[in-house]
Amino acid sequence: MSLLNNKPGLQRGEASLPAVLLLLLVLAISWVLWSGLYKPLVLGLGAFSCVLSAYMGHRMGFFRHRALIDLLPRLPGYWWWLLREIVISSWEVAKLILKPSLPISPTVVALQAEVQGEVGQVILGNSITLSPGTVTLDLDQGQLLVHCLTSESAQALRDGEANRRAARLELG
Amino acid sequence: MYILVSIAILVTMVLALVRALLGPSVYDRVLAVNVFGTKTVLLLSVMAFLNGRPDFLDLALAYALINMVGILAVLVFFQSRSSAKERAESD
Amino acid sequence: MIDIGLDILSWILLTLGGACVLIGGIGGLRLPNFYTRIHAASLTDTMATLLIFAGMMLQAGLSLPTLKLLAIMLFLLLTGPTATYALANAALLSGLKPDAETVTDNDKGHAG
Repeated sequence: MSLLNNKPGLQRGEASLPAVLLLLLVLAISWVLWSGLYKPLVLGLGAFSCVLSAYMGHRMGFFRHRALIDLLPRLPGYWWWLLREIVISSWEVAKLILKPSLPISPTVVALQAEVQGEVGQVILGNSITLSPGTVTLDLDQGQLLVHCLTSESAQALRDGEANRRAARLELG
Repeated sequence: MYILVSIAILVTMVLALVRALLGPSVYDRVLAVNVFGTKTVLLLSVMAFLNGRPDFLDLALAYALINMVGILAVLVFFQSRSSAKERAESD
Repeated sequence: MIDIGLDILSWILLTLGGACVLIGGIGGLRLPNFYTRIHAASLTDTMATLLIFAGMMLQAGLSLPTLKLLAIMLFLLLTGPTATYALANAALLSGLKPDAETVTDNDKGHAG
């Protein structure tokens, strides 16, 4: 197992302290936001559940994905681009569904992800699923299998804009 | 206006139920149930504003969590059953 | 004046969101097979969620409900694709063939 995953520092490594602290912070903020009670007992229960969640995440290997915290500052720009894509493709799909002739041409595209890390590949696959008209069917070792509603959306996917954006997310 | 949106969501929930009853394959039914669940979250949030009761938002979040875990659990159940059937056929 | 503008904008967003929900529901009935129906579901899951929550956030203004709405919306948008992927992948692995032509694209990878 360790022979297969020997990319140093990228995916598998020690749990990184900043990621642990970030998760604890997010959990604590959501607890305070949702409970709205500031008795010592309730706050103690909250602290206990935050630490328990962080420990369970550690056991699941959540903090070994270092890439997640490295690409956090570039996520907002990516999300802005993704939002525009979602609006455009939603309009296309909505028009398609309402046309009486239902002019669909389903296509399955096999793609090679340009992004190397596991986190980047998951972000790419989920972005493709998130935009209407394309759904990721399979993701294995960077090989994506994508179902497209029309051959035009398949062509747009093969032009590789999403692929390039996701790759740039990791490199910076 | 919130009334209009909630009526639209309710109609879509009925359409999803029709698909769940018609659906030829198991996966059509699971997809329809998934749509039904996410529309319930939307409906609860709209209800919170329609009735002016923000505490409905907490229910919406709880329902979103339960729906997600529920769909994954149903899928794991069907997957393990179909792979068990395959093994039984190949023996 | 700005309040009226925000009001009108939020009603537009809410109406568009309701229309998206309806279109997705209709598509779920009209489209011919499972893999195409996923696209209709993703229309209601993504676009309608974005529009309706954006409209309600404009109505709520800067307050605690807006933060809660934002948290619910982010949660739905992050977990929705995961559930959809699990569903589509389970259908693919169980042998439900997508009724579509296949295009491979393996010669484009320029590793560097």
